[in-house]
Amino acid sequence: MKDTEGYVTADGRQIGGTLMEMKNITLRFGGVVAIQDISFDIREGEVRAIIGPNGAGKSSMLNVISGFYTPSEGEVWYKGSKRPPMKPFEVARQGVARTFQNIALFEGMTVLDNVMTGRLTHMNAGLASQALWWGKARTEEMENREKVERVIDFLEIQNIRKTPVGRLPYGLKKRVELARALAAEPSLLLLDEPMAGMNVEEKEDMSRFVLDVNDEFGTTICLIEHDMGVVMDLSDRVVVMDYGKKIGDGTPDEVRNNQDVIDAYLGVSHD
Amino acid sequence: MLYRTAGQFKTSYVADQALFPVKQDAVLLWLFLLLGWVIFPLTASEFAFQALLIPILIYALAAMGLNILTGFAGQLSLGTGAFMGVGAYACYKMVTIFPELNPIIAILLSGFFSAGIGVVFGIPSLRIKGFYLAIATLAAQFFLVWLFEKWSWLYNYNASGAIQVPNLEMFGIFVSGPQASSVTEYYIVLFVVTLLTILCINLTRGNLGRTWKATRDMDIAAELIGINLMKSKLTAFAVSSYVVGVAGALYVFSWKGAAEPNVFDIPLSFQVLFIAIIGGLGSILGNYLGAILIVGLPVMLNVIAGTQVFEMSTTSSLLLAALVAGATFLFWIARSMWGMGAAIGFGAVTLIYGYAQLQGFRIESALIEHINVMIIGALIVFFLIIEPHGLNQLWRLIREKLIIWPFPH
Repeated sequence: MKDTEGYVTADGRQIGGTLMEMKNITLRFGGVVAIQDISFDIREGEVRAIIGPNGAGKSSMLNVISGFYTPSEGEVWYKGSKRPPMKPFEVARQGVARTFQNIALFEGMTVLDNVMTGRLTHMNAGLASQALWWGKARTEEMENREKVERVIDFLEIQNIRKTPVGRLPYGLKKRVELARALAAEPSLLLLDEPMAGMNVEEKEDMSRFVLDVNDEFGTTICLIEHDMGVVMDLSDRVVVMDYGKKIGDGTPDEVRNNQDVIDAYLGVSHD
Repeated sequence: MLYRTAGQFKTSYVADQALFPVKQDAVLLWLFLLLGWVIFPLTASEFAFQALLIPILIYALAAMGLNILTGFAGQLSLGTGAFMGVGAYACYKMVTIFPELNPIIAILLSGFFSAGIGVVFGIPSLRIKGFYLAIATLAAQFFLVWLFEKWSWLYNYNASGAIQVPNLEMFGIFVSGPQASSVTEYYIVLFVVTLLTILCINLTRGNLGRTWKATRDMDIAAELIGINLMKSKLTAFAVSSYVVGVAGALYVFSWKGAAEPNVFDIPLSFQVLFIAIIGGLGSILGNYLGAILIVGLPVMLNVIAGTQVFEMSTTSSLLLAALVAGATFLFWIARSMWGMGAAIGFGAVTLIYGYAQLQGFRIESALIEHINVMIIGALIVFFLIIEPHGLNQLWRLIREKLIIWPFPH
């Protein structure tokens, strides 16, 4: 077990103990090895990035964390205990929320309803109460609406809250997806390429939101991103993957000067 | 004009999440409730009850049940007719085993039997979806209708093999069976349909509704944000089959009076599915609009075709003219040229037909039936092309435009 005291980041934030630890994770699909013996940890309150060239296994790693894939070997430790094999929805109920590389919003619903689905795990009124719209269901709906409105305010999407998601442009959809994940008040927020396909201005907005989320709610964030500038600016520590293996782990500066990482990105023949 | 949202501010989330945030909509609803609960029962004829009011309500309820499953939870089902049958047979068995049971209670309880059966036949939905699931529910359709035929305990070993509704009393009034009056039957249907509509509206706008819609729109994402897909799909099957089952019980006990097994065969499933699709999948109001169109239009066309158009009473001709004018106006507001054309065309054809009648032109009643089927078929195609999201979407569009009318934006 590594130390649990944490560390202080370059900009002076105190990072806590280990929130999630991946121990020797291997993931195979038949004969293909997507992830090979990777270990790293995510600490409370930090912004952790996973980077690597295309096909390095980053998204697979995120899917392992969110429970969509069960690792072939290795253990996932979360909040101090080993996570047994469980369904994705059970992982989500433990406080892991995520966004998706290809937007996965519920197109037929309004922005408000989409963000409200983020609160599903916090609502448990019975069928009868919901059918009668009386008692617990009603109070629960209002309480959660208030929490959702706070997230909507925070991400500055008030003016579109009643708009069907299908009508929104790409950049806003990404923001709504972040809102849905945030509404769940997660302990760990996974962002799968939050800036993919955005222009510079949208990227700046999104970066600001990611930092604000981390700052304001203290949410631990683990993100995958291709834009090196963004990754190096946002994250406290970076894991670098290539061909399913971990080739680097450390602060952005350490990673930037790591010879293996430079080789992976600039391309050196693998033999 | 009258339909404006200006000046209606929401100061609380309760007000914002009210069922009818626009005041005029609430007024409209009260108007329709008044029409349904007071004016229709006072004025409608025996024919109107049996051919229009009661079937429209029952079909709307069945379509609402199917809509919860297909429109809200995204699980395609072709077993609606059979689930209606389960409700009807369960109700029949209950009232024959416990003759003292209150008929309304029996009708409401019978839904639970179809809910149970629906959950069982919904289990395949956990592994398959789309057309394949539709085929799996088709199995329910064939199996259950076969069971209704072969299991004679279900129809109390009748020689005819059909279920006959006995005379049922409630507070000294016959509410079901050959001796019940149409008004009583209508009120029973209206009460049950109103009750279930309220419950369904609440379920679909709350947490469970969002769970269903999330399952429908993207099941993988739904699971990753914490939705138990199994629970979501099976509750949809349960609630949907409950509503469908109650509709089936009403179908036999408050309308037909008797039913053979083949009544609940595939044509019924398709009819209900058409109502749900034409009304608009994923809506509650749409089921009523769809039922009015699918059930009401043939009756209306029959009546028009069978009467001397130019000798109709003043009231009916005014009503017809108002209907055509209203439809033309609403289609014009919605900028639907096709719809306008259809409404005006309908009016024109009626006039031409009336003139032809004056000249001694007659259509045989058999031909009227055929033309009727053709018109309904054409209308279904027309709606699927012009407004694939159904009448509900058309109404939503009209509302959006009406709020700013006469200004374009």
